[in-house]
Amino acid sequence: MSVTTMLSSESGLSRRSFLRVSATAAGGLIIALYLDFPVHAQAPQAKTYPPDAFVHIQRDGKIVIQVNRLEFGQGVQTSLPMVLADEMDADWTQVVAELAPAGDVYKDPVFGVQMVGGSGSIAHSFQQYRELGAKTRVMLVAAAAQQWKVSGAQCRTEASVVYGPGGQSATYGELADAAAHVPVPENVPLKKASEFKLIGKDTRRLDSRPKCDGSLKFGLDLDLPGMKVAVVAHPPIFGGRPKSIDDKAARGIPGVTDVFEIPTISKGTAVVVVADKFWTAKQARDRLSIDWDFSRIEPADTEQLRAKYKDLAATPGNVAVTRGDLSVLDGVSAANRIEAEYEFPYLAHTPMEPLNTTIRFDGDRAEVWAGSQFQTVDQMAIAETLGLKPEQVTFHTEMAGGGFGRRATPDSHVQREAASIAKRYKGIPVKLIWTREDDVQGGYYRPMFAHRIEIGIGADGMPLAWRHVIVGQSLVAGTPFAAMLIKNGVDETAVEGASDNPYEIPNFTVTAHHPTPNVPVLWWRSVGHTHTAFVMETLVDELATHVKTDPIAYRRKLLKPEEKRMRGVLDLMDEKSASWRNHVPEGHAAGVACHECFGTNVACAVDVSIENKRPKIHRVTVAVDCGTAVNPLTIESQFQAGVSFGVSQLMAKGAITFKGGHAGQNNFDGYTPPYIIDAPVAVDVHIVPSTEGPSGCGEPPVPVISPAVVNALFRLTGKRYRTLPLLSL
Amino acid sequence: MQTYKLTVNGQTREVTADPGTPLLWVLREDLKMTGTKYGCGISACGACTVHLAGVATRSCVVPVSLVGDRPIVTIEGVGEDRVGRAVQDAWVAEDVVQCGYCQSGQIMSAVALLKSRRKPTDEDIEESMGGNICRCGTYVRIRKAIKTAAQQLA
Amino acid sequence: MVYSGTAFRGSSAVFILIASLAWLSTLSSAQGTSQQAASTTREAGLAAWQQVYSVLTTPRCINCHTATNYPEQGDDRHRHLFNVVRGPEGKGVPGLNCVTCHQSANADSTGVPGANNWHLAPLSMKWQDTNDNILSSAAVCQSLTDRSKNGSLDGPGIVRHHEQEPLVLWAFQPGHHRDGTARSLPPLTHEQFVAVTRTWVDAGMPCPQNP
Repeated sequence: MSVTTMLSSESGLSRRSFLRVSATAAGGLIIALYLDFPVHAQAPQAKTYPPDAFVHIQRDGKIVIQVNRLEFGQGVQTSLPMVLADEMDADWTQVVAELAPAGDVYKDPVFGVQMVGGSGSIAHSFQQYRELGAKTRVMLVAAAAQQWKVSGAQCRTEASVVYGPGGQSATYGELADAAAHVPVPENVPLKKASEFKLIGKDTRRLDSRPKCDGSLKFGLDLDLPGMKVAVVAHPPIFGGRPKSIDDKAARGIPGVTDVFEIPTISKGTAVVVVADKFWTAKQARDRLSIDWDFSRIEPADTEQLRAKYKDLAATPGNVAVTRGDLSVLDGVSAANRIEAEYEFPYLAHTPMEPLNTTIRFDGDRAEVWAGSQFQTVDQMAIAETLGLKPEQVTFHTEMAGGGFGRRATPDSHVQREAASIAKRYKGIPVKLIWTREDDVQGGYYRPMFAHRIEIGIGADGMPLAWRHVIVGQSLVAGTPFAAMLIKNGVDETAVEGASDNPYEIPNFTVTAHHPTPNVPVLWWRSVGHTHTAFVMETLVDELATHVKTDPIAYRRKLLKPEEKRMRGVLDLMDEKSASWRNHVPEGHAAGVACHECFGTNVACAVDVSIENKRPKIHRVTVAVDCGTAVNPLTIESQFQAGVSFGVSQLMAKGAITFKGGHAGQNNFDGYTPPYIIDAPVAVDVHIVPSTEGPSGCGEPPVPVISPAVVNALFRLTGKRYRTLPLLSL
Repeated sequence: MQTYKLTVNGQTREVTADPGTPLLWVLREDLKMTGTKYGCGISACGACTVHLAGVATRSCVVPVSLVGDRPIVTIEGVGEDRVGRAVQDAWVAEDVVQCGYCQSGQIMSAVALLKSRRKPTDEDIEESMGGNICRCGTYVRIRKAIKTAAQQLA
Repeated sequence: MVYSGTAFRGSSAVFILIASLAWLSTLSSAQGTSQQAASTTREAGLAAWQQVYSVLTTPRCINCHTATNYPEQGDDRHRHLFNVVRGPEGKGVPGLNCVTCHQSANADSTGVPGANNWHLAPLSMKWQDTNDNILSSAAVCQSLTDRSKNGSLDGPGIVRHHEQEPLVLWAFQPGHHRDGTARSLPPLTHEQFVAVTRTWVDAGMPCPQNP
């Protein structure tokens, strides 16, 4: 059953919301939603969410709250329970969070699939979890009122206790059974912001302690009786297949169960080793001798692609946006033109926990354990592979060691592999593990991109005309989501952040080309913003320099008048960094950048020097407007850590390069994420006070840091850096 | 296959494994102690860090045949020790973790540092923690938590 | 005989090749403490020194005789990955010691070399400059024969060091990479290395003049 069919069978959806939902069934599609609708608007809920699927009050008072999306570092398993617990007037010390399994009621209320991505968790489920908490509270009060023969209006609640008018009291634990029999109310009043006890307060994560004492189990840690482990030898070039396999040495290792072939989603064939233990399976795989057939397969090559992309960028592509009259550019003298070419490499996500899925196939049912960002889609793919219906597949959501988009794949390729393997071992759980080498070499990268920009500067020093060509693979072409996300031949995920930038540029055009090299690609934390923010914010810096204007002042002048929230974060960043920004030590320089990402506005300033030919980031001051700040401590964490993640793009070994069809890097020695010395030393985060609906903080920290750093570097070296990653300075 | 007697968190455990099996996988699969993590397998990330005879050791590259009778302490046992407990408490107090997958290794490295330097400087922290990867990027709070733990232990 | 390509530099390579072939054809099995001093001329000693130098400057040895805050690794002698540093005693730092990964024997199943007490040579025994360029034969010879720098070793001490020190022995049995390929070897066997060391010491440890 295809995703489209699944979506269209949703009951109660109008045609309009069907279109919206089908457009947003995969993470990157979120972009379309943000382009089309105000981010804080929530779709009219087509479903009701039964509180008993989300909240379980135990007799001892423990409150178990189901979280409808994966926890993979962003803190949602604390923030969403906070929201519910606040409206519920629950005793926070009694709250326990669990990750909900795949289920209809756990689908994202705006997107209609169970998923996490696009920094949408709080934005989409804030209202939902408030209502769940409020309804639960009303039901508890009703149960108490019934027992005491008073009216609910005469009762009040505080910290998991209902108090009656005559001095009566009962704990939520005592009332739980009775409350379960109270009809779920349709509409309930919600708290005023001034009444919040948890929302808006710094709240430490619920999952901290077990993550610090080794007790928390990630998907990779799962151990089930009789479990087998599988590793897969993937074709070194995507789409290849074995001509011949010599598995004699592999099979000779004690503990190896079997060696066989399975199809891969990129239409090639892979070879599986199943064994009792991981090390055995890995040793056996190393001893496979496979002669691969790569005929009729295009081998990707970075140098060839660079040349091709450069040529394409010199020609207009399909139009993403256009306004005004670009012929104005022709009349601008050379002294008032900026022409710039930018290059960005393939990026791997490399979440710390290698990809894994465990499946037990029982013939008429299956059970799955996976740290998935995309439960609905994955459940369907596994069902399809096993010849089952999705409802026959119990899908447990495991805590995941990072994701950054890697665990949300529209083609569910890892899950399909796991299901193909598990199908052969009825009744036996099989854990598929991708090694780190599999992960670094296995594709699904942030695509390579090239940009070419021509800017004509007006007499007032502002950009008068701006012609922008973007070249890079489409994330959704060839998928059911292409219809909604590709407009006029342009994949919106490739141009977001540029086509919709907040600056007043009267004559402006963005066009795009989408080549199709043989490399699977995927959204990487902040998606199109990863490269468009770098281009926009370094060019704006260049414009400011051109007219000898302070970069913050220049942005204030250039921003469209309606960009109040961007001005707000610029102002706050200015205020909080002025004390150091204008007094950096000898050998240091400051750089700034600002960007909106998925509805959240961010501005940052960085203090950078050069040490051992690398940028050393001493300090980052960042201002963020994410609407209502549910958990400021988490928001601070997201920005402190997120800018450190963003530095990935600057790392000297922060690129996946192709030669002869496969990646030249296979582990952290060749593809290196930031270590502590590469990351900013100090990051201070400032949140704009707001009562607007909340927007996300998962991805917004990432786009701003790289341009801010290279803007600072310009002041130290006089060079503009337009090719990432940053090699030796 | 050979049988090895290992001392893990104070207990003697016997395992039968291929001599070349990294200690990491013996801990995880033979002893079912999954607190020590697999991140890379090439000692690049530190997620597999344990203490061998008190020395921080990357268990993904140490074959079980080379362990000998050196006592092993893992993340599951490091809290029994005053320094270990202080580090774990500081990690919780400072809300360090995000996904948490690297943190077993970060904590084991930090404990080794604090056992050796009661008042680590920023430079000490950068050097000792310099080989641990946190993909989420929680380095700012890791620095803070180490200083918090140092204060507690003073 | 295995020659490591990086051991030879420029035109001296040809000289060393010819000299060593000539020299080794006259080597008797010089085990034990036979009195060779009388017949060991300065020229013979210098030629033996070149042999010693050819081993010292192979990656297996020179990667730990750095002038910097870090060791090197690999035949291309790149800076050791993962941000490992020298530390106050050349043993790394708490949490990231050399022995954090390098055990007392090679771990071929994981590709990590090992020998007892894996650590860096002290800075006084650096054989490179701070830009990782290998020092000249004259400079290294000076360094080796300076008792204030070499750990107070006299000639017999140096012979013993070359003969018995585990880290030296390791260079001749350096184990395998994780892809199963063998690490490259120095140009002499260990026995040959000890023999030429002895010859050089017997000749009074002559050093070439500064080029």
